Amino acid sequence: MTEITAFWIAIYIAMLAAFTGYVTISRVPAILHTPLMSGSNFIHGIVLVGAMVALGLANTPTEQVIGFMAVVLGAANVTGGYVVTERILQMFDRSGKKPGKGA
Amino acid sequence: MADFSFAIEPVYIATIFFFIVGLQRMSHPLTARSGIVWAGGAMLIATLVTFFTPNLTNIDLIAIAIVIGGGFGYIAAKRVAMTNMPQMVALFNGMGGGAAAGISAVALLGPTTPTSSLAVVGGLIGAVSFSGSLIAFLKLQGWMPSRPVTFTGQQIFNMAVLVLAIVSGAFVILQPSSMPLFVNASLPLFFILALGFGLLMTLPIGGADMPVVISMYNAFTGLAVALDGFSFVTPNYAMIIAGVIVGAAGSLLTLKMAKAMNRSLTNVFFGAFGATEEQAVQVSGSVKAIEADDVAVLLAYADRVIIVPGYGMAVAQAQQKVKELTDLLEGRGVRVKFAIHPVAGRMPGHMNVLLAEAGVAYDHLFDRDEVNPEFPSTDVVLVIGANDVVNPAAHREGSPLFGMPILDVEQAKNVIVLKRGQGKGFAGIENDLFYRDNTQMLYGDAQETVGKLVQALKKL
Repeated sequence: MTEITAFWIAIYIAMLAAFTGYVTISRVPAILHTPLMSGSNFIHGIVLVGAMVALGLANTPTEQVIGFMAVVLGAANVTGGYVVTERILQMFDRSGKKPGKGA
Repeated sequence: MADFSFAIEPVYIATIFFFIVGLQRMSHPLTARSGIVWAGGAMLIATLVTFFTPNLTNIDLIAIAIVIGGGFGYIAAKRVAMTNMPQMVALFNGMGGGAAAGISAVALLGPTTPTSSLAVVGGLIGAVSFSGSLIAFLKLQGWMPSRPVTFTGQQIFNMAVLVLAIVSGAFVILQPSSMPLFVNASLPLFFILALGFGLLMTLPIGGADMPVVISMYNAFTGLAVALDGFSFVTPNYAMIIAGVIVGAAGSLLTLKMAKAMNRSLTNVFFGAFGATEEQAVQVSGSVKAIEADDVAVLLAYADRVIIVPGYGMAVAQAQQKVKELTDLLEGRGVRVKFAIHPVAGRMPGHMNVLLAEAGVAYDHLFDRDEVNPEFPSTDVVLVIGANDVVNPAAHREGSPLFGMPILDVEQAKNVIVLKRGQGKGFAGIENDLFYRDNTQMLYGDAQETVGKLVQALKKL
Protein backbone atom coordinates (compact mmCIF):
# COMPACT_ATOMS: atom_id res chain seq x y z
CA MET A 1 0.00 0.00 0.00
CA THR A 2 1.41 3.40 -0.84
CA GLU A 3 1.66 6.14 1.72
CA ILE A 4 -1.19 8.19 0.31
CA THR A 5 -3.75 5.37 0.44
CA ALA A 6 -2.81 4.61 4.05
CA PHE A 7 -3.39 8.29 4.73
CA TRP A 8 -6.87 8.28 3.22
CA ILE A 9 -7.80 5.06 5.01
CA ALA A 10 -6.79 6.76 8.22
CA ILE A 11 -9.04 9.71 7.41
CA TYR A 12 -12.00 7.37 6.86
CA ILE A 13 -11.26 5.68 10.17
CA ALA A 14 -10.98 9.02 11.94
CA MET A 15 -14.38 10.07 10.64
CA LEU A 16 -16.04 6.86 11.82
CA ALA A 17 -14.28 7.19 15.18
CA ALA A 18 -15.71 10.68 15.58
CA PHE A 19 -19.24 9.31 15.18
CA THR A 20 -18.51 6.44 17.54
CA GLY A 21 -17.20 8.86 20.14
CA TYR A 22 -20.15 11.19 19.77
CA VAL A 23 -22.79 8.43 20.01
CA THR A 24 -21.10 6.66 22.92
CA ILE A 25 -20.54 9.80 24.93
CA SER A 26 -23.95 11.34 24.48
CA ARG A 27 -25.43 8.41 26.43
CA VAL A 28 -23.34 9.11 29.53
CA PRO A 29 -25.49 10.72 32.27
CA ALA A 30 -24.42 13.98 33.95
CA ILE A 31 -23.70 12.14 37.17
CA LEU A 32 -20.80 10.35 35.46
CA HIS A 33 -19.29 13.39 33.75
CA THR A 34 -16.17 13.39 35.90
CA PRO A 35 -15.29 9.73 35.33
CA LEU A 36 -16.09 10.24 31.64
CA MET A 37 -13.63 13.10 31.45
CA SER A 38 -11.04 11.30 33.47
CA GLY A 39 -11.64 8.09 31.52
CA SER A 40 -11.14 9.84 28.20
CA ASN A 41 -8.06 11.38 29.80
CA PHE A 42 -6.81 7.82 30.32
CA ILE A 43 -7.75 6.81 26.78
CA HIS A 44 -5.67 9.53 25.14
CA GLY A 45 -2.86 8.02 27.21
CA ILE A 46 -2.45 5.76 24.17
CA VAL A 47 -0.08 8.58 23.23
CA LEU A 48 2.42 6.54 25.23
CA VAL A 49 2.82 3.94 22.48
CA GLY A 50 3.48 6.72 19.97
CA ALA A 51 6.04 8.30 22.27
CA MET A 52 7.74 4.90 22.70
CA VAL A 53 8.08 4.52 18.95
CA ALA A 54 9.29 8.12 18.59
CA LEU A 55 12.02 7.53 21.20
CA GLY A 56 12.78 4.07 19.83
CA LEU A 57 13.48 5.44 16.36
CA ALA A 58 15.33 8.57 17.57
CA ASN A 59 18.86 8.96 16.24
CA THR A 60 20.24 12.29 17.44
CA PRO A 61 20.66 13.28 21.11
CA THR A 62 18.08 16.06 20.65
CA GLU A 63 15.52 13.57 19.42
CA GLN A 64 16.37 11.23 22.27
CA VAL A 65 15.91 13.93 24.92
CA ILE A 66 12.56 15.06 23.50
CA GLY A 67 11.44 11.46 22.98
CA PHE A 68 12.43 10.58 26.54
CA MET A 69 10.36 13.46 27.92
CA ALA A 70 7.44 12.43 25.73
CA VAL A 71 7.53 8.87 27.11
CA VAL A 72 7.74 10.14 30.71
CA LEU A 73 4.75 12.45 30.15
CA GLY A 74 2.77 9.82 28.27
CA ALA A 75 3.40 7.18 30.95
CA ALA A 76 2.30 9.62 33.67
CA ASN A 77 -0.82 10.49 31.65
CA VAL A 78 -1.91 6.90 31.12
CA THR A 79 -1.13 5.66 34.65
CA GLY A 80 -2.53 8.69 36.44
CA GLY A 81 -5.59 8.79 34.20
CA TYR A 82 -6.32 5.14 34.89
CA VAL A 83 -5.84 5.32 38.66
CA VAL A 84 -7.95 8.48 39.01
CA THR A 85 -10.78 7.02 36.93
CA GLU A 86 -10.73 3.74 38.77
CA ARG A 87 -10.77 5.49 42.16
CA ILE A 88 -13.74 7.64 41.18
CA LEU A 89 -15.73 4.75 39.74
CA GLN A 90 -15.04 2.65 42.82
CA MET A 91 -16.96 5.22 44.82
CA PHE A 92 -19.93 5.17 42.49
CA ASP A 93 -19.92 1.40 42.61
CA ARG A 94 -20.21 1.61 46.38
CA SER A 95 -22.45 4.61 46.81
CA GLY A 96 -25.35 2.67 45.38
CA LYS A 97 -25.11 0.13 48.19
CA LYS A 98 -23.63 1.22 51.47
CA PRO A 99 -21.90 4.32 52.82
CA GLY A 100 -18.24 4.29 53.75
CA LYS A 101 -15.08 6.28 54.10
CA GLY A 102 -13.33 7.72 51.04
CA ALA A 103 -10.52 5.59 49.61
CA MET B 1 13.86 -12.47 23.10
CA ALA B 2 11.06 -13.91 21.05
CA ASP B 3 9.67 -11.66 18.36
CA PHE B 4 6.12 -10.63 19.09
CA SER B 5 5.92 -7.88 16.48
CA PHE B 6 3.15 -9.84 14.69
CA ALA B 7 1.00 -9.20 17.77
CA ILE B 8 1.21 -5.40 17.64
CA GLU B 9 -1.75 -4.68 15.38
CA PRO B 10 -4.07 -7.36 16.86
CA VAL B 11 -3.34 -6.07 20.36
CA TYR B 12 -3.95 -2.46 19.29
CA ILE B 13 -7.27 -3.51 17.75
CA ALA B 14 -8.27 -5.26 20.97
CA THR B 15 -7.22 -2.19 22.95
CA ILE B 16 -9.45 0.09 20.90
CA PHE B 17 -12.27 -2.41 21.28
CA PHE B 18 -11.98 -2.32 25.06
CA PHE B 19 -11.63 1.47 25.09
CA ILE B 20 -14.96 1.81 23.30
CA VAL B 21 -16.64 -0.85 25.44
CA GLY B 22 -15.24 0.90 28.51
CA LEU B 23 -16.79 4.20 27.45
CA GLN B 24 -20.05 2.49 26.64
CA ARG B 25 -20.23 0.94 30.09
CA MET B 26 -19.97 4.44 31.52
CA SER B 27 -23.60 4.98 30.71
CA HIS B 28 -24.44 3.50 34.11
CA PRO B 29 -22.66 3.90 37.50
CA LEU B 30 -22.77 0.18 38.25
CA THR B 31 -21.18 -1.05 35.03
CA ALA B 32 -18.70 1.78 34.63
CA ARG B 33 -15.92 0.36 36.76
CA SER B 34 -15.53 -3.00 35.08
CA GLY B 35 -15.32 -1.22 31.74
CA ILE B 36 -12.35 0.86 32.75
CA VAL B 37 -10.57 -2.13 34.30
CA TRP B 38 -10.74 -4.01 30.99
CA ALA B 39 -9.55 -0.95 29.11
CA GLY B 40 -6.65 -0.63 31.55
CA GLY B 41 -5.59 -4.24 31.06
CA ALA B 42 -5.71 -3.84 27.28
CA MET B 43 -3.60 -0.68 27.49
CA LEU B 44 -1.00 -2.48 29.59
CA ILE B 45 -0.63 -5.24 27.00
CA ALA B 46 -0.50 -2.64 24.21
CA THR B 47 2.42 -0.95 26.00
CA LEU B 48 4.30 -4.25 26.37
CA VAL B 49 3.78 -5.32 22.78
CA THR B 50 5.00 -1.93 21.51
CA PHE B 51 8.50 -2.90 22.68
CA PHE B 52 8.52 -5.37 19.77
CA THR B 53 8.12 -2.62 17.13
CA PRO B 54 10.59 -3.44 14.32
CA ASN B 55 13.93 -1.56 14.44
CA LEU B 56 13.17 -0.14 17.89
CA THR B 57 16.29 1.12 19.68
CA ASN B 58 16.85 3.00 22.97
CA ILE B 59 14.88 0.24 24.71
CA ASP B 60 16.56 0.89 28.05
CA LEU B 61 15.73 4.60 27.81
CA ILE B 62 12.10 3.78 27.02
CA ALA B 63 11.86 1.46 30.02
CA ILE B 64 13.42 4.03 32.37
CA ALA B 65 11.09 6.77 31.09
CA ILE B 66 8.05 4.55 31.61
CA VAL B 67 9.09 3.73 35.16
CA ILE B 68 9.64 7.42 35.99
CA GLY B 69 6.43 8.67 34.39
CA GLY B 70 4.31 5.71 35.45
CA GLY B 71 5.64 5.86 39.00
CA PHE B 72 4.87 9.56 39.27
CA GLY B 73 1.39 9.11 37.79
CA TYR B 74 0.57 6.20 40.07
CA ILE B 75 1.72 7.82 43.30
CA ALA B 76 0.22 11.22 42.52
CA ALA B 77 -3.13 9.72 41.54
CA LYS B 78 -3.28 7.41 44.58
CA ARG B 79 -2.44 10.14 47.08
CA VAL B 80 -4.63 12.96 45.87
CA ALA B 81 -7.73 13.75 47.91
CA MET B 82 -11.07 13.61 46.12
CA THR B 83 -11.52 17.35 46.62
CA ASN B 84 -8.32 17.94 44.62
CA MET B 85 -9.43 15.79 41.71
CA PRO B 86 -10.04 18.64 39.21
CA GLN B 87 -6.43 19.78 39.23
CA MET B 88 -5.21 16.18 39.00
CA VAL B 89 -7.29 15.57 35.89
CA ALA B 90 -5.95 18.83 34.45
CA LEU B 91 -2.36 17.83 35.23
CA PHE B 92 -2.53 14.36 33.64
CA ASN B 93 -4.32 15.81 30.65
CA GLY B 94 -1.60 18.41 30.21
CA MET B 95 1.03 15.69 30.35
CA GLY B 96 -0.71 13.83 27.53
CA GLY B 97 -0.66 17.06 25.52
CA GLY B 98 3.05 17.43 26.27
CA ALA B 99 3.74 13.89 25.11
CA ALA B 100 1.86 14.60 21.88
CA ALA B 101 3.86 17.80 21.35
CA GLY B 102 7.06 15.77 21.93
CA ILE B 103 6.10 13.21 19.28
CA SER B 104 5.44 16.06 16.83
CA ALA B 105 8.80 17.62 17.65
CA VAL B 106 10.67 14.37 16.99
CA ALA B 107 8.75 13.87 13.73
CA LEU B 108 9.48 17.44 12.60
CA LEU B 109 13.18 17.15 13.42
CA GLY B 110 13.41 14.52 10.67
CA PRO B 111 12.95 15.18 6.95
CA THR B 112 9.72 16.83 5.77
CA THR B 113 7.06 14.33 4.71
CA PRO B 114 3.56 14.74 3.22
CA THR B 115 2.10 14.50 6.74
CA SER B 116 4.38 17.12 8.30
CA SER B 117 1.62 19.71 8.27
CA LEU B 118 -0.52 17.39 10.44
CA ALA B 119 2.41 17.03 12.84
CA VAL B 120 2.65 20.83 13.03
CA VAL B 121 -1.05 21.18 13.85
CA GLY B 122 -0.78 18.31 16.37
CA GLY B 123 2.26 19.95 17.91
CA LEU B 124 0.48 23.28 18.20
CA ILE B 125 -2.65 21.80 19.83
CA GLY B 126 -0.62 19.50 22.08
CA ALA B 127 1.66 22.29 23.26
CA VAL B 128 -1.31 24.61 23.93
CA SER B 129 -3.01 21.83 25.90
CA PHE B 130 0.21 21.21 27.85
CA SER B 131 0.92 24.76 29.01
CA GLY B 132 -2.78 25.63 29.31
CA SER B 133 -3.54 22.61 31.49
CA LEU B 134 -0.55 23.38 33.68
CA ILE B 135 -1.87 26.90 34.30
CA ALA B 136 -5.30 25.41 35.07
CA PHE B 137 -3.59 22.99 37.47
CA LEU B 138 -1.69 25.82 39.23
CA LYS B 139 -4.88 27.88 39.55
CA LEU B 140 -6.94 25.00 40.91
CA GLN B 141 -4.18 23.93 43.28
CA GLY B 142 -4.07 27.49 44.64
CA TRP B 143 -0.43 27.97 43.67
CA MET B 144 -1.59 30.80 41.46
CA PRO B 145 -4.47 33.22 42.02
CA SER B 146 -7.60 31.74 40.43
CA ARG B 147 -8.91 35.21 39.56
CA PRO B 148 -8.58 36.13 35.89
CA VAL B 149 -5.21 37.72 35.07
CA THR B 150 -5.75 40.54 32.59
CA PHE B 151 -3.79 43.37 31.04
CA THR B 152 -4.53 45.98 28.38
CA GLY B 153 -4.29 44.76 24.82
CA GLN B 154 -4.33 41.18 26.05
CA GLN B 155 -6.54 39.78 23.29
CA ILE B 156 -4.53 41.45 20.51
CA PHE B 157 -1.29 40.29 22.12
CA ASN B 158 -2.55 36.70 22.44
CA MET B 159 -3.75 36.67 18.85
CA ALA B 160 -0.39 37.98 17.69
CA VAL B 161 1.37 35.16 19.50
CA LEU B 162 -0.95 32.60 17.89
CA VAL B 163 -0.42 34.07 14.41
CA LEU B 164 3.36 34.07 14.88
CA ALA B 165 3.21 30.44 16.04
CA ILE B 166 1.30 29.49 12.89
CA VAL B 167 3.74 31.44 10.71
CA SER B 168 6.77 29.72 12.25
CA GLY B 169 4.92 26.41 11.85
CA ALA B 170 4.58 27.18 8.14
CA PHE B 171 8.34 27.82 7.98
CA VAL B 172 8.94 24.39 9.52
CA ILE B 173 6.96 22.70 6.74
CA LEU B 174 7.91 24.84 3.74
CA GLN B 175 11.58 25.40 4.65
CA PRO B 176 12.04 28.14 2.02
CA SER B 177 15.66 27.90 0.86
CA SER B 178 15.84 31.68 0.42
CA MET B 179 15.69 32.17 4.21
CA PRO B 180 17.96 29.52 5.76
CA LEU B 181 18.33 31.49 9.00
CA PHE B 182 14.62 31.34 9.78
CA VAL B 183 14.38 27.68 8.88
CA ASN B 184 16.75 26.60 11.64
CA ALA B 185 15.15 28.82 14.24
CA SER B 186 11.58 28.08 13.21
CA LEU B 187 11.06 24.75 15.01
CA PRO B 188 12.11 25.84 18.52
CA LEU B 189 10.39 29.18 17.95
CA PHE B 190 7.22 27.39 16.90
CA PHE B 191 7.06 25.36 20.12
CA ILE B 192 7.95 28.31 22.34
CA LEU B 193 5.16 30.40 20.78
CA ALA B 194 2.68 27.52 20.99
CA LEU B 195 3.47 26.95 24.68
CA GLY B 196 3.26 30.69 25.25
CA PHE B 197 -0.14 30.88 23.62
CA GLY B 198 -1.53 28.08 25.84
CA LEU B 199 -0.30 29.97 28.88
CA LEU B 200 -1.66 33.34 27.74
CA MET B 201 -4.99 31.83 26.75
CA THR B 202 -5.55 30.29 30.20
CA LEU B 203 -4.38 33.20 32.37
CA PRO B 204 -7.53 35.31 31.91
CA ILE B 205 -9.86 32.40 32.75
CA GLY B 206 -11.23 32.29 36.27
CA GLY B 207 -12.06 29.47 38.64
CA ALA B 208 -15.75 29.06 37.86
CA ASP B 209 -15.04 28.57 34.17
CA MET B 210 -12.72 25.66 34.89
CA PRO B 211 -15.29 22.93 34.00
CA VAL B 212 -15.35 24.32 30.46
CA VAL B 213 -11.59 24.77 30.26
CA ILE B 214 -10.65 21.35 31.60
CA SER B 215 -12.94 19.50 29.25
CA MET B 216 -11.77 21.61 26.32
CA TYR B 217 -8.10 20.86 26.90
CA ASN B 218 -9.10 17.21 27.20
CA ALA B 219 -10.51 17.44 23.68
CA PHE B 220 -7.35 19.27 22.55
CA THR B 221 -5.06 16.52 23.78
CA GLY B 222 -7.24 13.91 22.09
CA LEU B 223 -7.02 15.75 18.78
CA ALA B 224 -3.26 16.23 19.12
CA VAL B 225 -2.84 12.49 19.75
CA ALA B 226 -4.97 11.68 16.69
CA LEU B 227 -2.95 14.03 14.47
CA ASP B 228 0.30 12.54 15.76
CA GLY B 229 -1.00 9.14 14.75
CA PHE B 230 -0.38 10.28 11.16
CA SER B 231 3.25 11.20 11.75
CA PHE B 232 4.61 7.64 11.58
CA VAL B 233 5.66 5.84 8.41
CA THR B 234 2.60 3.65 8.72
CA PRO B 235 -0.20 5.54 10.46
CA ASN B 236 -0.82 4.49 14.05
CA TYR B 237 -4.54 3.74 13.76
CA ALA B 238 -4.92 3.10 17.48
CA MET B 239 -3.76 6.64 18.25
CA ILE B 240 -5.98 8.08 15.55
CA ILE B 241 -9.12 6.31 16.76
CA ALA B 242 -8.54 6.84 20.48
CA GLY B 243 -7.56 10.44 19.91
CA VAL B 244 -10.57 11.25 17.76
CA ILE B 245 -12.95 9.58 20.23
CA VAL B 246 -11.52 11.66 23.07
CA GLY B 247 -11.68 14.73 20.87
CA ALA B 248 -15.38 14.09 20.22
CA ALA B 249 -16.09 13.33 23.89
CA GLY B 250 -14.24 16.40 25.10
CA SER B 251 -15.91 18.70 22.58
CA LEU B 252 -19.35 17.40 23.50
CA LEU B 253 -18.69 17.90 27.20
CA THR B 254 -17.22 21.36 26.62
CA LEU B 255 -20.32 22.48 24.74
CA LYS B 256 -22.60 21.00 27.41
CA MET B 257 -20.74 22.92 30.11
CA ALA B 258 -20.78 26.18 28.17
CA LYS B 259 -24.50 25.72 27.52
CA ALA B 260 -25.14 25.13 31.22
CA MET B 261 -23.69 28.57 31.86
CA ASN B 262 -25.46 30.06 28.84
CA ARG B 263 -22.16 31.36 27.55
CA SER B 264 -20.43 30.91 24.25
CA LEU B 265 -16.92 29.50 24.15
CA THR B 266 -15.64 32.83 22.85
CA ASN B 267 -17.11 34.47 25.90
CA VAL B 268 -15.44 31.98 28.26
CA PHE B 269 -12.05 32.43 26.64
CA PHE B 270 -12.11 36.13 25.91
CA GLY B 271 -14.67 37.45 28.36
CA ALA B 272 -12.57 37.27 31.55
CA PHE B 273 -15.77 36.91 33.55
CA GLY B 274 -15.77 38.67 36.88
CA ALA B 275 -12.77 40.79 36.01
CA THR B 276 -14.72 43.78 34.86
CA GLU B 277 -16.81 45.87 37.22
CA GLU B 278 -20.47 45.06 36.65
CA GLN B 279 -22.99 47.80 37.09
CA ALA B 280 -24.20 47.84 40.65
CA VAL B 281 -27.78 46.62 40.88
CA GLN B 282 -29.76 47.95 43.80
CA VAL B 283 -31.15 45.06 45.77
CA SER B 284 -33.88 45.90 48.22
CA GLY B 285 -34.57 44.12 51.47
CA SER B 286 -32.17 42.89 54.11
CA VAL B 287 -30.20 39.76 54.81
CA LYS B 288 -31.41 37.71 57.78
CA ALA B 289 -29.11 35.43 59.72
CA ILE B 290 -30.31 32.26 61.46
CA GLU B 291 -28.79 29.93 64.05
CA ALA B 292 -28.00 26.25 63.48
CA ASP B 293 -30.46 25.08 66.16
CA ASP B 294 -33.35 26.82 64.42
CA VAL B 295 -32.37 25.35 61.07
CA ALA B 296 -32.27 21.88 62.65
CA VAL B 297 -35.85 22.28 63.86
CA LEU B 298 -36.94 23.50 60.45
CA LEU B 299 -35.33 20.50 58.78
CA ALA B 300 -36.56 17.95 61.30
CA TYR B 301 -40.20 18.85 60.80
CA ALA B 302 -40.00 19.29 57.05
CA ASP B 303 -41.55 16.89 54.59
CA ARG B 304 -39.29 17.53 51.60
CA VAL B 305 -35.76 18.88 51.70
CA ILE B 306 -33.49 19.62 48.76
CA ILE B 307 -29.77 20.15 49.25
CA VAL B 308 -27.89 22.28 46.71
CA PRO B 309 -24.13 21.77 46.98
CA GLY B 310 -21.55 24.07 45.42
CA TYR B 311 -17.83 24.68 45.34
CA GLY B 312 -17.99 25.88 48.98
CA MET B 313 -18.85 22.33 50.06
CA ALA B 314 -15.73 21.05 48.29
CA VAL B 315 -13.50 23.72 49.84
CA ALA B 316 -14.79 23.00 53.35
CA GLN B 317 -14.68 19.22 52.71
CA ALA B 318 -18.17 19.06 54.15
CA GLN B 319 -19.47 16.11 52.11
CA GLN B 320 -19.15 13.53 54.93
CA LYS B 321 -21.12 15.75 57.31
CA VAL B 322 -23.71 16.35 54.61
CA LYS B 323 -24.10 12.59 54.24
CA GLU B 324 -24.58 12.25 58.04
CA LEU B 325 -27.18 14.99 57.94
CA THR B 326 -28.99 13.24 55.09
CA ASP B 327 -29.05 9.93 56.99
CA LEU B 328 -30.44 11.58 60.13
CA LEU B 329 -33.17 13.36 58.19
CA GLU B 330 -34.14 10.25 56.29
CA GLY B 331 -34.26 8.40 59.59
CA ARG B 332 -36.95 10.87 60.61
CA GLY B 333 -38.89 10.27 57.43
CA VAL B 334 -37.87 13.45 55.64
CA ARG B 335 -37.48 13.05 51.89
CA VAL B 336 -34.05 14.39 50.92
CA LYS B 337 -32.86 15.07 47.39
CA PHE B 338 -29.74 16.67 45.99
CA ALA B 339 -29.97 19.21 43.18
CA ILE B 340 -26.79 19.29 41.12
CA HIS B 341 -26.14 22.16 38.75
CA PRO B 342 -24.03 21.03 35.77
CA VAL B 343 -21.29 23.57 36.45
CA ALA B 344 -21.28 23.46 40.25
CA GLY B 345 -17.67 23.03 41.31
CA ARG B 346 -14.55 23.08 39.23
CA MET B 347 -14.97 20.22 36.77
CA PRO B 348 -17.93 18.53 35.08
CA GLY B 349 -19.67 16.29 37.62
CA HIS B 350 -17.53 17.55 40.52
CA MET B 351 -20.36 17.46 43.09
CA ASN B 352 -21.43 13.96 42.07
CA VAL B 353 -17.94 12.65 42.77
CA LEU B 354 -17.71 14.27 46.20
CA LEU B 355 -21.13 13.02 47.26
CA ALA B 356 -20.34 9.55 45.95
CA GLU B 357 -17.16 9.65 48.02
CA ALA B 358 -19.22 10.39 51.11
CA GLY B 359 -21.51 7.48 50.24
CA VAL B 360 -24.63 9.36 49.12
CA ALA B 361 -26.51 6.98 46.80
CA TYR B 362 -26.53 8.28 43.25
CA ASP B 363 -30.32 7.89 42.97
CA HIS B 364 -30.53 10.83 45.39
CA LEU B 365 -28.77 13.13 42.93
CA PHE B 366 -30.84 15.06 40.42
CA ASP B 367 -30.06 17.21 37.42
CA ARG B 368 -31.26 20.77 37.15
CA ASP B 369 -34.02 19.93 34.67
CA GLU B 370 -35.32 17.03 36.74
CA VAL B 371 -35.42 18.87 40.04
CA ASN B 372 -36.45 22.42 39.09
CA PRO B 373 -40.22 21.70 38.99
CA GLU B 374 -40.03 20.36 42.55
CA PHE B 375 -38.82 23.49 44.31
CA PRO B 376 -42.31 25.03 44.80
CA SER B 377 -43.42 21.94 46.76
CA THR B 378 -40.23 21.80 48.83
CA ASP B 379 -40.23 22.86 52.47
CA VAL B 380 -36.57 23.60 52.99
CA VAL B 381 -33.74 24.12 50.52
CA LEU B 382 -30.26 23.95 51.98
CA VAL B 383 -27.75 25.79 49.78
CA ILE B 384 -24.28 24.65 50.78
CA GLY B 385 -21.53 26.82 49.35
CA ALA B 386 -23.25 27.50 46.05
CA ASN B 387 -23.88 31.03 44.86
CA ASP B 388 -24.12 32.00 41.20
CA VAL B 389 -26.00 28.81 40.22
CA VAL B 390 -28.89 29.82 42.52
CA ASN B 391 -28.87 33.54 41.79
CA PRO B 392 -32.34 34.61 40.58
CA ALA B 393 -30.63 37.59 38.91
CA ALA B 394 -30.20 35.16 36.02
CA HIS B 395 -33.90 35.71 35.27
CA ARG B 396 -33.54 39.49 35.19
CA GLU B 397 -32.67 41.18 31.95
CA GLY B 398 -29.57 43.35 32.15
CA SER B 399 -27.88 41.23 34.78
CA PRO B 400 -24.50 39.81 33.76
CA LEU B 401 -25.88 36.40 34.68
CA PHE B 402 -29.01 36.88 32.57
CA GLY B 403 -30.01 33.74 30.70
CA MET B 404 -27.91 31.32 32.72
CA PRO B 405 -30.14 28.34 33.58
CA ILE B 406 -30.19 28.22 37.38
CA LEU B 407 -31.71 26.13 40.14
CA ASP B 408 -34.91 27.94 41.07
CA VAL B 409 -34.47 27.52 44.81
CA GLU B 410 -36.21 30.81 45.59
CA GLN B 411 -39.56 29.11 44.91
CA ALA B 412 -39.20 26.87 47.96
CA LYS B 413 -40.95 27.73 51.22
CA ASN B 414 -37.69 28.22 53.13
CA VAL B 415 -34.22 28.71 51.77
CA ILE B 416 -31.25 28.35 54.09
CA VAL B 417 -27.95 29.50 52.64
CA LEU B 418 -24.79 28.16 54.27
CA LYS B 419 -22.03 30.60 53.52
CA ARG B 420 -18.58 31.32 54.87
CA GLY B 421 -18.87 35.10 54.84
CA GLN B 422 -20.79 37.91 53.24
CA GLY B 423 -18.73 37.91 50.02
CA LYS B 424 -20.12 37.70 46.53
CA GLY B 425 -20.04 34.68 44.26
CA PHE B 426 -17.38 34.04 41.68
CA ALA B 427 -19.10 36.28 39.18
CA GLY B 428 -18.81 39.12 41.67
CA ILE B 429 -22.51 39.76 41.44
CA GLU B 430 -24.79 40.49 44.37
CA ASN B 431 -27.10 37.54 44.94
CA ASP B 432 -30.77 38.60 45.07
CA LEU B 433 -31.59 35.31 46.72
CA PHE B 434 -30.02 36.36 50.02
CA TYR B 435 -32.43 39.29 50.27
CA ARG B 436 -35.62 37.32 49.68
CA ASP B 437 -38.15 37.08 52.51
CA ASN B 438 -37.99 33.29 52.53
CA THR B 439 -34.18 33.21 52.67
CA GLN B 440 -32.10 33.03 55.83
CA MET B 441 -28.34 32.89 56.12
CA LEU B 442 -26.35 30.47 58.22
CA TYR B 443 -22.80 31.81 58.38
CA GLY B 444 -19.68 29.77 59.01
CA ASP B 445 -17.42 27.11 57.57
CA ALA B 446 -19.65 24.57 55.83
CA GLN B 447 -18.15 21.53 57.52
CA GLU B 448 -18.50 23.08 60.98
CA THR B 449 -21.99 24.37 60.32
CA VAL B 450 -23.33 21.11 58.96
CA GLY B 451 -21.67 19.41 61.97
CA LYS B 452 -23.65 21.71 64.24
CA LEU B 453 -26.85 20.83 62.37
CA VAL B 454 -26.10 17.13 62.87
CA GLN B 455 -25.55 17.65 66.61
CA ALA B 456 -28.71 19.70 66.96
CA LEU B 457 -30.75 17.12 65.05
CA LYS B 458 -29.51 14.31 67.27
CA LYS B 459 -30.81 16.18 70.33
CA LEU B 460 -34.26 16.72 68.89
